[in-house]
Amino acid sequence: MKPYFFDTYAVATSEFGYSMGIDAKEALARSRESIASKLDANSEEIIFTSGSTESSNTALKGVALALKEKKGKHVIVSKIEDFPVLNTAKALERQGFGLTLLDVDAEGSVDLEVLKNAITKETVLVSIQQGNQEIGTVQDLKAISEICEEKDVLLHTDATHSFTRLPLSVKELPVDLVTISAHTIHGPRGIGALYIRKDTPITKFMDGGFQEFNLRAGVEDIPSAVGFAKAVELVTEEETRRLKAMRDRVIEKALSEIPDVVLNGSREKRLPQNANLTFHYVEGESITLHMDMRGFAVSTGSACFSRSLEASHVIRGIGGEHERAHGSVRFTFGRYNRMEDADTAIEAMSEIVARLREISPLARK
Amino acid sequence: MKFPYSQKVLEHFKNPHNVGKIENPDGKGLEGSPACGDMVAVYIKVNSDTRVIEDIKFESYGCASNIATGSVITDLARGKTLDEAKKITWKQASEELGGLPPIKAHCSVLAVEGLRSAIKDYEEKPRACNRERAYHRRSYQAEAKACYEPPYWP
Repeated sequence: MKPYFFDTYAVATSEFGYSMGIDAKEALARSRESIASKLDANSEEIIFTSGSTESSNTALKGVALALKEKKGKHVIVSKIEDFPVLNTAKALERQGFGLTLLDVDAEGSVDLEVLKNAITKETVLVSIQQGNQEIGTVQDLKAISEICEEKDVLLHTDATHSFTRLPLSVKELPVDLVTISAHTIHGPRGIGALYIRKDTPITKFMDGGFQEFNLRAGVEDIPSAVGFAKAVELVTEEETRRLKAMRDRVIEKALSEIPDVVLNGSREKRLPQNANLTFHYVEGESITLHMDMRGFAVSTGSACFSRSLEASHVIRGIGGEHERAHGSVRFTFGRYNRMEDADTAIEAMSEIVARLREISPLARK
Repeated sequence: MKFPYSQKVLEHFKNPHNVGKIENPDGKGLEGSPACGDMVAVYIKVNSDTRVIEDIKFESYGCASNIATGSVITDLARGKTLDEAKKITWKQASEELGGLPPIKAHCSVLAVEGLRSAIKDYEEKPRACNRERAYHRRSYQAEAKACYEPPYWP
């Protein structure tokens, strides 16, 4: 990325311009091609954005606005989508769109029959993520995309947490829009992309100049795009297997060594880097703080931890009571973790949870 | 590394004071609920002559603010009379901790409610455990009257 901050720092011009601009443009094009090929897509089908949030906003609002006169005003999303999709869908609802929030089962899987029945002639878009950001459950995109294709409805999938960790090919799956981000694969923060299948009806979200095939205006963030492409290249299947092994170790160790623990999300159909467990009778923010003091960064679905002071909608969505959200801890693994980290993390958790249970009025003593 | 929590809050969080239950407490208060993600239990032992809180313990289910204020409340209330303890406010608790982020105010209010609830529990319950003493000591006659139903009082 550095050369694009200090040496080739020009704005990307069109092919007719000064040479530094052309160099910048070429770097952007190479990055685009790199990312497109990971999805089996064409270069012209990838636009860079400021991140998943913008990508999902563009997908939902762009398609909704394009089709509301022609087709209808109904949108379907799953109940456990991450906020960019969920809250954008709710914003559309406030603007007069019909919204169906699909229920999920106790593991977080969307029911295909329910989806089939929810689609109407007026439905313009279905948005269902590939893998859940919190509990890691992986949806059956193949079946979902076949349903949507058969019913002639556009399908968007938020692949922020699954891109490069799970296979996703737009040649094999009839998915129309895909949201991806760099930050989940050790790329820079503040850059993402949206795959838009050729000829998908979509209005521009960012109006202005004519960048990104006239689909998204704004001076392109070339250093970040270059960083994004590099991050994609650096992910290997071997690395993903390593993360999966660490994930499995954490889950097994936690379930066997610490009492009163439950797994959140599917055991098998699960993102390879994600483990999420609820530790009963203790609260998540306290756990997070204790873990931080020992050098571990984990996350929790507890209300005290979120910016909105609400318990995780994902845990609530799978039928968990509030306490299950408050006691939930998410462990995600990355390139720089080693297997020992899985062990030491659970050892630390064991001590922390025992200590907090001593203080808790709820724990059985 | 700038935490939203002060040093004092972190100390109370790491090593909270007076944690635990009291067997046969004179007063017990339980505020909050697991559904809220915040719960505080306060147990007190009161000297019935002097109305001084001789022992106080707390239990907590909740975030760092919750644990820290629970802990500091027990420090503030210990050795005080019930009337003095009733006057402790969450603001005082917060100041004692060097300040809390405003968004966490609700967590700390719970600890104060727990204390007041324990005091109320003591004041309102009949003095059954003092029955023997009440029977034998004139100064407890008023209290004793409350323990016994009329037919039993000689």
